[in-house]
Amino acid sequence: MGIKSLDDLKKIREDSLKKVNLRETGKDGEDITELMVGMATCGIAAGARVTLAALLDEISKNNIENIRVVQVGCLGYCHSEPIVQINQSGKEPILYGNVDDKKARDIINKHVLKNELLDDSIIINTFQKA
Amino acid sequence: MDKIRSHIMVCGGTGCVASHSEDLISALKSELITAGYDQEISVIKTGCFGFCGQGPIVKIHPDNVFYVQVTPNDAEEIVKEHIVKGRTVHRLLFEEPELKGKLETHDDMAFYKKQYRIALRNCGMINPENIDEYIAFRGYEALGKVLTEMTPEDVFYEIKESGLRGRGGGGFPTGLKWELTSKSPGTEKYIICNADEGDPGAFMDRSILEGDPHSVLEAMVIGGYATGAHQGSIYIRAEYPLAIKRLTVAMDQARDYGLIGKDIFGSGFDFDIIIKLGAGAFVCGEETALIHSVEGLRGEPTKKPPFPSESGYKGKPTTVNNVETFANICPIILNGSQWFKNIGTETSKGTKVFAIAGNVNNVGLVEVPMGTTLREIIFDIGAGIQDGKGFKAVQTGGPSGGVITSVDLDTPIDYESLKNIGSMMGSGGMIVMNDKTCMVNIAKFYLEFTQDESCGKCTSCRIGTKRMFEILTKITNGEGTMEDLEHLDALARMIKDTALCGLGQTAPNPVLSTMNYFHDEYLEHVKNKYCRAGTCKALSKYSIIADKCIGCTACARACPVKCIDGKVKEVHVIDQSKCISCGACFDACKFDAVLKP
Repeated sequence: MGIKSLDDLKKIREDSLKKVNLRETGKDGEDITELMVGMATCGIAAGARVTLAALLDEISKNNIENIRVVQVGCLGYCHSEPIVQINQSGKEPILYGNVDDKKARDIINKHVLKNELLDDSIIINTFQKA
Repeated sequence: MDKIRSHIMVCGGTGCVASHSEDLISALKSELITAGYDQEISVIKTGCFGFCGQGPIVKIHPDNVFYVQVTPNDAEEIVKEHIVKGRTVHRLLFEEPELKGKLETHDDMAFYKKQYRIALRNCGMINPENIDEYIAFRGYEALGKVLTEMTPEDVFYEIKESGLRGRGGGGFPTGLKWELTSKSPGTEKYIICNADEGDPGAFMDRSILEGDPHSVLEAMVIGGYATGAHQGSIYIRAEYPLAIKRLTVAMDQARDYGLIGKDIFGSGFDFDIIIKLGAGAFVCGEETALIHSVEGLRGEPTKKPPFPSESGYKGKPTTVNNVETFANICPIILNGSQWFKNIGTETSKGTKVFAIAGNVNNVGLVEVPMGTTLREIIFDIGAGIQDGKGFKAVQTGGPSGGVITSVDLDTPIDYESLKNIGSMMGSGGMIVMNDKTCMVNIAKFYLEFTQDESCGKCTSCRIGTKRMFEILTKITNGEGTMEDLEHLDALARMIKDTALCGLGQTAPNPVLSTMNYFHDEYLEHVKNKYCRAGTCKALSKYSIIADKCIGCTACARACPVKCIDGKVKEVHVIDQSKCISCGACFDACKFDAVLKP
């Protein structure tokens, strides 16, 4: 495909930016949601791999940008694995327990997209109180 | 599932490729497939991170974790621990020598803290073989802006205003160079990118071409538009195969998008680029010699004037700019000359890339604002001298520059200040030397290089550098006389004044500057037949201190030429006529009884 104007270039840039924006790190004022999935041995044994895959699948289905999925080590709530923690700028982190495939999709569709908390699954609402 | 959630960036610069980064990439890919993560994690081969001394480098996004000295054997652990379980592999993190602690993120490293990356902005950030990634980071936007919104006059005015000067070493204002070519009469004009990087130890241009080839191509098209040229050539030495490969890939991709070729951005402006391979002669970095070589003639300089801006390639007005100069163009167009002007010193704007090499802890590629001091570069970014030794001197400007001693370490770097202390900016090679370096030998090393690289056209350079090299060899062999020192000095000044081109005119600089700052070392070599660094084999005599020797025979057993005599529990003696000054006895002795010259 040829580029014949600045608009053509802009289109390619917007498409490409989606593929590389996770390399931009630590910029102030960036509205980025971070999903941390507990992937220690206990998490994996409890099915965190399925959870992680479901999160990614739902994100790509809904074409959500400014979101990062990060695998982390043990979060300390082994009784409620798989654990997903959501960090959003300016808000307290929210921790969900027993997140299976369905709950993972709910997290994306409700919490991330509509800002509705999944009250039944929250195990503790701030990290500091743990 | 096509959401990629993490990028593993692996350095694909020549330095890291030499330490098996390509094997590492295949190992990571196959480990990801084994773990079933290959659809969500991508492995990207990128350009030079600059931290070459610790390569191969791996950086993981978005975690911002920076691993050093990663081997293909580490791939399994990285995937199993970091990717699958989210645990940082601590043993692969970089340890700051002074802090004694491991650093997880790249921004914390002293090596990166004082850097400001303009020319290297995309190196380590993008996959150089993917034009879309370059475009994602504002690539080709400057070209679009230039072709659709600016006149050629606007372009060279903007570059002139920015204060950008040639990064190849000369420091000629780039905007003015463009204006001169633009105003030369005629419709057939050319633009040439000088990628004939030849200083020993310098690899700035190679890293830019390998890590971000599009930044140079885009700037060449902009330069063509500003000067009225429709054809560009990249003159690159054949010994840079990786840079050539990436350039070729980049040119094909840019051509597919119509970003080079006919009617670029629908503006009616045509521009094409070809690659011209050079055989790697140092003299071809000089622009007139370079132009002759591009023409297919012998790479010999001719006198200036006429300058290439009047009569260059095929006798037509030609602009020759260095790779790093080009790499600065697009950010200036995008951010404006005022932005660029605010970086740097009064006379030298922007940043400069340096290749730090030699006896320094962090060997690598750094980009700092003009006005940064040598001390900051060597001791903060470079983390000081290896093995806790002392600093003696630093050579900037390669074989054309001179040594700078500790007295001048706080000089803010710019074109003028380096000239004032007897060296020069050069293209950016920076060789750090510790207190065990013989300065006469260093001068000899550079003269051996220049006499070898002299094209032979003018007598003063052809014969003069050869004679200087012979005198220096004589001195380091312990056969020098006081008369030799006088001849050396006179010869150096004569060559400086009479040589035809920059190579010859600057070739005596290493001699003049070492004779100026380290005159006592020259005298020691000539009068006392003594080399304090122990580098000049003919002048370094090892001996044994009788009081300390306990007669353990360790030295005698280590000596490869069997020149150490002595019985068990008796003092040993070195036969200095047979000694080859290898230092094996010094290393073998546990009682500090061997005196190193």
